[in-house]
Amino acid sequence: MLQRSKTRQQQQLSLGQRLLRDKVLLLFALPGTALIVAFHYVPLLGNVIAFKDYQPFLGIGGSDWSGWENFAVIFNGDPAFLRALKNTLILTCLQSIFVFPAPILLALLLNSLFSERIKRIAQSILYLPHFMSWVIVVALFQQMLGGGGLLNNYLRSHDLATLDIIGNSELFHVLLTSQIIWKDTGWATILFLAALSQIDSQLYEAASVDGASRMRQLWHVTMPGLRGIIILLFILRLGDSLTVGFEQIILQQQAVGRDVSEVLDTYVYNNGVIGGAWGVAAAVGLVKGIVGVVLVLAANKVAHIFGEQGVYSR
Amino acid sequence: MSQKIVQGVPMPGWPMRAFKGLVLLVFCAAVIIPFVGVISTSVAPNKQINESGGLVLFPKSVNFAAYESLFAGGVVTRALFVSIFVTVVGTLLSLTVSCLLAYALSRPGFSAGRPILLVVLFSMLFSPGIIPTYLVVKGVGLLDSIWALIVPTMVSAFNVIVLRAFFMNLPNEITESARIDGAGELKTFGYIVLPLSKAVLSVIGLFYAVAYWNAFFSALLYLNDSKLWPLQLVLRTYVINDTQLGSAELGTELLPPQASIQMAILVVSIVPILIIYPFLQRHFAKGVLTGAVKG
Repeated sequence: MLQRSKTRQQQQLSLGQRLLRDKVLLLFALPGTALIVAFHYVPLLGNVIAFKDYQPFLGIGGSDWSGWENFAVIFNGDPAFLRALKNTLILTCLQSIFVFPAPILLALLLNSLFSERIKRIAQSILYLPHFMSWVIVVALFQQMLGGGGLLNNYLRSHDLATLDIIGNSELFHVLLTSQIIWKDTGWATILFLAALSQIDSQLYEAASVDGASRMRQLWHVTMPGLRGIIILLFILRLGDSLTVGFEQIILQQQAVGRDVSEVLDTYVYNNGVIGGAWGVAAAVGLVKGIVGVVLVLAANKVAHIFGEQGVYSR
Repeated sequence: MSQKIVQGVPMPGWPMRAFKGLVLLVFCAAVIIPFVGVISTSVAPNKQINESGGLVLFPKSVNFAAYESLFAGGVVTRALFVSIFVTVVGTLLSLTVSCLLAYALSRPGFSAGRPILLVVLFSMLFSPGIIPTYLVVKGVGLLDSIWALIVPTMVSAFNVIVLRAFFMNLPNEITESARIDGAGELKTFGYIVLPLSKAVLSVIGLFYAVAYWNAFFSALLYLNDSKLWPLQLVLRTYVINDTQLGSAELGTELLPPQASIQMAILVVSIVPILIIYPFLQRHFAKGVLTGAVKG
């Protein structure tokens, strides 16, 4: 009753009157909305410089239009661009194969522990690296595995051959992948552990009464409980597949050279902000962004076809 | 059939349990050892550092010479003040702006709520790109200003959504009775909603604080003037790139070995996070975030 009379009252007011009534709330929402618009939506307009011969002293309006000229590096396959693309794809494959499943396995392990206390202590330790900046993570890896690091000092003091890990261009992709695993595997278990705690324990009991082994329980009870969240995260991961870690790579680029370390994001940064080729850098960044959105939408579509919920429902 | 039953599930055999324990132990050790090594080296005596060739796990004695030289008023002291300023001021501003927006969006009758919510949600789907964002920051005159570290990242759409979900879960009767008692939106927000939201406010505040403290990319991108550098950039220059820190930079004649100075800089940037970490952790247990995300 109350609800209905309220809506009728709302309908009677014009939009202007309603906004006037909500002026305090509008005032509340203004600063936050303005910041999101200014730093998320206005930059989208800035992408027009991808179609311009942008000169900083002329500004965006004053620079000449150049059509698709800036996109030539992509369409004609400029070697530096192809190198960045290749490294990006290699890293994204490594991340999908090794980084993505790691937290699922760790969450299963943590979930199968019988001692709540050990589980809690392990979680406290494993979540910690997530809160460290990439600068700290890279520095810690240097101190551990570098030429003068803990590992090599140990090997040297025992008259063993030292290992050349940091600054070794051949191992660079592996190093990047293991740094991500070290930093984020623990934290990423949170979502999987939440999903695991939602599984009804009666299902396990029923399965074990029916004679299901632990492996069969894992396959027929646990995995179906995790499927939704795994698919959701994989879709999000797919949308990010051309983003393979900017800070992490730019910090270590000097030591290994661009042949193995240049990825699309560092290409944009090095060519645009450092090199001054603003138009080309913006063009590459724009294509990368569009591909990302297309990938998310496509993956979501595929999830729907297979009857999963995906990121948003139909 | 002789297996022990715990919580209705048979206990796995000892090889499986030993294997699990080992995996967990290796993982935890890989996390802890670097931190122990860095902290130990920063306080270890010179002689021991030189003998070991770099990192020390168990210092024979403890001295704080490295820290004294860092806090003598040179590059590192200044960077520390920049980082503290950005973290404290940034977190306060972020919390204020995000809470106000989230509160407005959580009000059921707010006429502009729907379109603004869509603006917030949609911004999470794409990232605007490095170059265009740089041009906007440059356009509003924030280049080479300390505010470039705060303003562009002040509102996180994700945090706004989490806060909104929390505000919406507060019992409607409370805000309704405040309104009947004659409280306006400002009073309802300040006296009713905020005091009831301490848990979520502290989590979101800590997340903002960690993000500001760790910010490296925005500093690299927007700050050319090394006087404005936060700790993370100093860390990159003097620890990762191994640039020598002399008495000119440190502002003191007291010069402990580079290794212990470098490790002390690392410790200074790690310790604040270690301090707030237990507070953060207490709230993971409550599932504040995961609950809000799923809802």
